[in-house]
Amino acid sequence: MNIPSSITTLIAGIAITLVSLWYGQNHGLLPVAASADANDVDDLFNLMMTIATGLFLLIEGVLVICLIRFRRKKGDMTDGPSIEGNIPLEIVWTAIPTVIVFILAIYSFEIYNNMGGLDPMVSGGSQMAMHHHGGHKIDNMVAMGDTNNSQVAIGIGKSPGVGDDEPLKVNVNGLQYAWIFTYPETGIVSGDLHIPKDRRVLLNMQAADVIHAFWLPEFRIKQDVMPGQESQLSFVANREGTYPVICAELCGSYHGGMKTTMTVESPEAYDQWVQERTVAMTGGESVALNPSELSDTDFLQSYAEDMGIIENTLQQIPHAPMNMMSALKP
Amino acid sequence: MSDATIHHGGDRKWTDYFTFCTDHKVIGIQYLVTSFLFYFVGGALAEVVRTELATPDPDFVSPEVYNQLFTMHGTIMIFLWIVPAGAAFANYLIPLMIGADDMAFPRLNAVAFWMQPVGGILLISSFFVGAPQAGWTSYPPLSLISGKWGEELWILCLLILGTASILGAINFVTTIFKMRIPDMDIHSMPLFCWAMLATSALILLSTPVLAAALILLSFDLMAGTAFFNPTGGGDPIVYQHLFWFYSHPAVYIMVLPFFGVISEVLPVHSRKPIFGYRAIAYSGLAISFLGLIVWAHHMFTSGTPGWLRMFFMATTMLVAVPTGIKIFSWCATLWGGKLQLNAALLFAIGFLSSFLMGGLTGVMLAAAPFDIHVHDTYFVVGHFHYVLFGGSVFALFSGVYHWYPKVTGKMYDEIWGKIHFVMTFVGFNMTFLPMHYLGMQGMNRRIALYDPQYQGINQICTWGSYILALSTLPFLVSMALGLIKGKVAGRNPWRALTLEWQTTSPPEIENFEEMPVLWAGPYEYGIDTESEDGDEDIEDMLTEVANVG
Ligand code: HEM
Ligand SMILES: [Cu+2]
Ligand SMILES: [Cu+2]
Repeated sequence: MNIPSSITTLIAGIAITLVSLWYGQNHGLLPVAASADANDVDDLFNLMMTIATGLFLLIEGVLVICLIRFRRKKGDMTDGPSIEGNIPLEIVWTAIPTVIVFILAIYSFEIYNNMGGLDPMVSGGSQMAMHHHGGHKIDNMVAMGDTNNSQVAIGIGKSPGVGDDEPLKVNVNGLQYAWIFTYPETGIVSGDLHIPKDRRVLLNMQAADVIHAFWLPEFRIKQDVMPGQESQLSFVANREGTYPVICAELCGSYHGGMKTTMTVESPEAYDQWVQERTVAMTGGESVALNPSELSDTDFLQSYAEDMGIIENTLQQIPHAPMNMMSALKP
Repeated sequence: MSDATIHHGGDRKWTDYFTFCTDHKVIGIQYLVTSFLFYFVGGALAEVVRTELATPDPDFVSPEVYNQLFTMHGTIMIFLWIVPAGAAFANYLIPLMIGADDMAFPRLNAVAFWMQPVGGILLISSFFVGAPQAGWTSYPPLSLISGKWGEELWILCLLILGTASILGAINFVTTIFKMRIPDMDIHSMPLFCWAMLATSALILLSTPVLAAALILLSFDLMAGTAFFNPTGGGDPIVYQHLFWFYSHPAVYIMVLPFFGVISEVLPVHSRKPIFGYRAIAYSGLAISFLGLIVWAHHMFTSGTPGWLRMFFMATTMLVAVPTGIKIFSWCATLWGGKLQLNAALLFAIGFLSSFLMGGLTGVMLAAAPFDIHVHDTYFVVGHFHYVLFGGSVFALFSGVYHWYPKVTGKMYDEIWGKIHFVMTFVGFNMTFLPMHYLGMQGMNRRIALYDPQYQGINQICTWGSYILALSTLPFLVSMALGLIKGKVAGRNPWRALTLEWQTTSPPEIENFEEMPVLWAGPYEYGIDTESEDGDEDIEDMLTEVANVG
């Protein structure tokens, strides 16, 4: 190999590396990250983006060079060199993706594990687990069967460690085409989600009719919400603001309209919100919002504005969603 | 069709194409033309989808209709366009490439083809009873409550087409193993045949599982059983496992034949042997094996426990290795060659450059923590169109241009072919590249109404899709001009070495006048023929060549 060409190769290599490193950090493709977990996911994405940019430039570069340098001259009927293979080269380019893939797999596993993807996340806290272990065999199996208390929950989120504060629990019910949030501790029922900053939140989610998916883009988490089976998400928000909550699983015609917001606020602001809601619920003046006494449609009607549901949507609910009401009861 | 008149170079009456003809070449064309008709239907639906998405409100079509549109678009594109188009190439080419006079089971072959229009018409007729609207995945319980008859027709269509593809696969495998000319061993077989072996293996292993899932779904729908219906105690997640056990491999069923096409086109038009014959052949098999154990990566956010997600993350990422081997080998085939930049090769290079994108975003999606963020968003829509459009459709067009002279005996119109390429390439990237950004930012898929902040980018996509739609016009022009006043192609206008180029264009009814001889490996370009003995045949062959485009 002659010197100028290896110098060109070297320069090209350096240039590609620099561009990839820069673009991997500055692609600006993701929305703000509002939790520590989201930052971890972004780091992973940035790494993948760096590698992908490098490979992209390398291979597209090769293609462009081929297009320019190796086009056939008019009238040239000869063939190119008969090169059918090159074992060392083939070993190298098998090894490169293999190594990259191993690095990415291990790194992704790390992050997934940190987010609590592999945690048992016992629903109902640790007492529940003890209850199970000491419980009668049959009871235990029944409990497993109806999956409400299954020990390995489906979803993402760390189980609370020793000495951690109890997480704020919220029951999430997904139904065509709305999200309904019930705070079991205070009895608040709401069409949008309010949580305090820096406190772990545990969402226990179930669907009333079809499969929905609970997606928080700014938190990089998403989990299907299923009828007949509970799933969970748990996270700590570390950035105040109002973020979209989106249904990401096709759930019917107004699937696109099934969204609301999640407000992350300071603990004081959150307490105040809880106060207001509790007063509104108990105060005689306002509509008595005892959900179990209203039909689904009436109930939704009262939230329609909050949730930005299209009027149409309300008439779209022909079937009584399975256990919506029971899920609403604190 | 019994009075075969050999000296006519395999001329067929046009009416033969509307009969239960058992000639594999006729069946190949029947498959290809039928699938193109469905491509235009599927494409038209996509244009309505994109037009609706030009504005944030569901104003062009109602949300219900929107859901029907993308469900039908996806189903048609997959089951009536890409999969049968792969079968079209295989039917036409495999017997010719291995020197056989027909497929192993010609009548079975015709039966499999005629199931396509039946399935297709059934599916499209569902528009009259309310088309299915639960997406091409048709997850219960949504698919059980959103319109009974459309859904049932959808199931019937898929069962019919699935059966057809099983019949086809049996035929391909038997033909490849039993009907090669005696001196062609399995390692001197063209790579397209290898690709079809890998594809057929996948079809045979996975399609029956889809059939099972669909039959159970049909019971739930029509007979009120509760296999998947949670109201009766069924488990919708089981359906997802069964569905993806077929439908992930189906992605490879869609792309592997076209990997085969690319391996045929590149060496001929860059005048170099394919780089790493065995690596390409075996990596196809590796992809099809790995393809069987990655299905749950479609269910990272669904009802799957964490450890399962990790297992599928690892297996999915591994697919990058054989895929990488293929891409590198194809690039090395081009490198240093003498590239004839005609429409066939341009589409092949377009394939490489866009499939690369699909592959890179594919690895990102394999990483569960990232997939959880973008699952069911426009990032995924962008990704799989790079794989299916970039990886299949580009290669398909490349193959159509490459074998056009063989099939018609004429040369296509090069200028219009190039215009076709440029418009497709520009329109394609303009439509699908911005979608990645939309998805990451928070736009979920399968929605008729979206947040107004995404309007600008959606309009770019929509305009791109119009360019893409228009790009089919120059294609049709190029094909038609070729037929009307194209130059006569001769046997082997590309001076290619695989066997199909040894017979007349179009081939004799019985394919070859006499049994073809294997006078070179399929890709032995650039070998210094003069210094060797006994290779005068090649020289003769190559100088006999009529005209080169
Ligand atoms: C003509 C160019 C095309 C355009 C403009 C286009 C556009 C789209 C769009 C916008 C969607 C998303 C619909 C939604 O999620 O709301 C979609 C979905 C889809 N497309 Fe295409 N597409 C094209 C070609 C293709 C091709 C060639 C294939 C396959 C070979 C394909 C397969 C699919 C599939 C499987 C879906 C998913 C359908 C579903 O969600 O159920 N598309 N397409
Ligand atoms: Cu939903
Ligand atoms: Cu939804």
